[in-house]
Amino acid sequence: MIRFEPRSNPGPFLVYGVPILAATIAILLAAIPLALAGAPIIQAYGLMISGAFGSVFSTSEMLTRATPLILTGLAAAIAFRAKLWNIGAEGQLYMGAMAAVAVGSGVIDGPSWVMIPVVIIAGMAAGALMLIGPTLLKTRLGVDEVVTTLLLNFIVLLFVQMMLEGALKDPMSMGWPQSEPIIDSAAFPALLDRMRVHIGLLIALVSAVALAIFVKRTVWGFEIRAVGENAAAARFSGISVTKTMILVAALSGGLAGLAGVSEVAGTRGYLATDLSPGYGYAGIVVAMLARLSPIGVIASALFVASVFVGADSMSRAIGVSSYLADLIVAMALLCVLIGGFLTRFRVHFDRKSAQG
Amino acid sequence: MSSAAHKSSETSQDLLLSLAGVTKRFGPLVANNAIDLTVHKGEIVALLGENGAGKTTLMNILFGHYVADEGTVTVAGRDGNLEQLEPGAPQAALDAGIGMVHQHFTLAENLTGLDNIVLGTEPIFRLRRDRSTARAKLGELMAGSGLNVDLDQPVHKLTVGEKQRVEILKALYRNARLLVLDEPTAVLTPQEADSLFAILRKLAATGLAVIIIAHKLAEVLAVSHRIAVLRGGAKVGEMKTSDANHKSIAELMVGREVPVSRRTPRAPGKPVITLADVTIDRGDSRRSLHGVNVTAREGEILGIAGVSGNGQAALAQLIAGLDKPDSGTVEIFGEKVTKFDAHTFAQNGIARIPEDRHHDGMVGSMTVAENIAIEDVRSPEYQKLGFLDFDAIRKRAEHAIADYDVRCPGPDAPARLLSGGNIQKLILARVLEKSPKLILANQPSRGLDVGAQSEVHRRLLEARQGGAAVILISEDLDELLTISDQIAVIHAGHITPAMPTDSIDRSELGLMMAGQKTAQHAPDGTTTTNPGETA
Repeated sequence: MIRFEPRSNPGPFLVYGVPILAATIAILLAAIPLALAGAPIIQAYGLMISGAFGSVFSTSEMLTRATPLILTGLAAAIAFRAKLWNIGAEGQLYMGAMAAVAVGSGVIDGPSWVMIPVVIIAGMAAGALMLIGPTLLKTRLGVDEVVTTLLLNFIVLLFVQMMLEGALKDPMSMGWPQSEPIIDSAAFPALLDRMRVHIGLLIALVSAVALAIFVKRTVWGFEIRAVGENAAAARFSGISVTKTMILVAALSGGLAGLAGVSEVAGTRGYLATDLSPGYGYAGIVVAMLARLSPIGVIASALFVASVFVGADSMSRAIGVSSYLADLIVAMALLCVLIGGFLTRFRVHFDRKSAQG
Repeated sequence: MSSAAHKSSETSQDLLLSLAGVTKRFGPLVANNAIDLTVHKGEIVALLGENGAGKTTLMNILFGHYVADEGTVTVAGRDGNLEQLEPGAPQAALDAGIGMVHQHFTLAENLTGLDNIVLGTEPIFRLRRDRSTARAKLGELMAGSGLNVDLDQPVHKLTVGEKQRVEILKALYRNARLLVLDEPTAVLTPQEADSLFAILRKLAATGLAVIIIAHKLAEVLAVSHRIAVLRGGAKVGEMKTSDANHKSIAELMVGREVPVSRRTPRAPGKPVITLADVTIDRGDSRRSLHGVNVTAREGEILGIAGVSGNGQAALAQLIAGLDKPDSGTVEIFGEKVTKFDAHTFAQNGIARIPEDRHHDGMVGSMTVAENIAIEDVRSPEYQKLGFLDFDAIRKRAEHAIADYDVRCPGPDAPARLLSGGNIQKLILARVLEKSPKLILANQPSRGLDVGAQSEVHRRLLEARQGGAAVILISEDLDELLTISDQIAVIHAGHITPAMPTDSIDRSELGLMMAGQKTAQHAPDGTTTTNPGETA
């Protein structure tokens, strides 16, 4: 018989070691589908590693991929901390990107130190508003935010499509549904010559550290933790649950919007409906892998990005489907969830003939 | 085992259960240390002990949830032969006829009582359900024991007392010969408790053996035949109930003398809070008040007596700042309250002790220090520009831990590691440290052991002595009669005028709680219930 006993206080090895172990196991488990596909396993792993870390270029690509994942991961982490189940980061990302394009493609102009903050603020505000609506519906009327935020993703995507066919359409695009490009003064400068990685990465890293400090050390972070862990006790002690939820919605939606700004102003340069290959959804996985820790989000975003970029380049080299990357990330999530369970509970295997 | 004092008329054939030398260690902690316990047919044995004395561990071993490190569990088979119970096998315990009623019921709320009882005893794959044999058997059980309950009602419509009856019936339906009840009266009103005891006595007369895990002494003295006392994992005493006395058992349990809480006479001062004609209508009686008038004065404990679910929750929510009246006024120190808000109330000298200390009183994953500071994190004392001053928060916690004797690994330990009594001390430390002018104590000692209870009473009396007004909402009449200066009775959302405790007759109070008698000095009809209304 198997029994589970709760552990009173998991040690640091369990807290930090288990996610790393889980990620490793997930990568090793990828050998099974690789073998089924008839690929040379050792070589495939080698290609994956070199695809993500093999050169300055590949590392730059990996970091470019990690940038929006850090931001959407933070968006999910802060919302889930407060038990605000924001599944709408994808939509908030697109709204952020659209707001950035709206102000950053030539309507106004100025020096970079004005224009970059302007597109960032516009994008974050748009993302924040996208989540504040569903949050008010939740706190006022008890509408389930999982449903509203999830469905808003599709509404936003269709809205973006409409705008790209209409008001925001670039007349120079030769018919492609894409926006006018972000002007140079509003574009995020690259970090390295002739590489795609841009200052969005630095902004994401600073956001993670700032969020960690915010949650851990400020009054508002305190209230967010209290509301998330026990809303009844928080309310009893005089913390306004509604105000706290709206603050969380602004932060979470704002971070997802920032991811959109970073993609549009840093990586792509213009808005199109294929701007995000599901960064908003992947952010949920990133946050779960990081156990909702803002600093952990950096590590898990780097992991997820390396798997995606590495598996992409491997699949090109040996002709295995690049869906392998999704498989590894999904397995990593399962492993971390199981690992998280084992961190909190001790497992006992009793044999029937246990001594009395 | 031989030390067990049982009636000489009993022979060894009556022996049903025998635990011998049971020891269980969790790491360095010895939860059970060589415990011997016997139970005979038809006997009610009370297992007494404070929280953490090892009662629950012992019962978990009996049920096979834990495997004892040493010692044996022996149960008489249906043929009377003693057989060792297979350790670590709950099914073996069930097969041997051991039934358990947990403190927190394990019923499916949306199913009927009958469904709950037969659940798990019927084969899964069968086209038709035949409930008539089950009904007949249950009808017999109910008639014999007085365990009357409407089996066709969904469980969520039943009262707590009725749910407990369903649990007991569930055990008996599975042919239990030994019934273990974990803190059976913790959730019951005095009336419900009395009727439970009557049922248990009837069942015992038919040969059922009963173990009651408890920490309320008066009840144990009323119902049991024999008492075993655990302390610190060891059995420290065992006696026939007829030989036992209240004080000696309390001392055995706690291991030291229990201070008796007493009020010292004190003239009450100005009114601190006055509720005038307050009505809160929320549809059901549990959460409604109808035109109540309540005044609490400085240096006075005002007890609110009543059967659970008669509007206490509405009164508590109002005074805690979590709800506002539909009509009527609330005055604090003569000023009319316009802003009903928990934060404002807490900052204006109202100490609030919640009814459910786990649910409303603390955030388990946050530290002890953070939980103590939770009402005040926005005050300049604990933050600068929004950044928390953790030194100040920790310093306050260290003070509180020392002053209130909160047993915990330290200020940075998560609060969920604390026991119920220590959580209550933590809450007392949070709210009383600030010398409040008004204290709302909602069931402050419910579920606490004797030691922690007397600590709560001492603190409340101390605050009263210091001039605070205390509103004590309680279902425990002993508690109310011991420490209140005045007692008002709440029934169906109506509150009687307060009566001086010394002039109150206990049985009269009971009748008023049942809504069958109004206060003697009722000034008008609005504050009292109509006599025949609920009778």
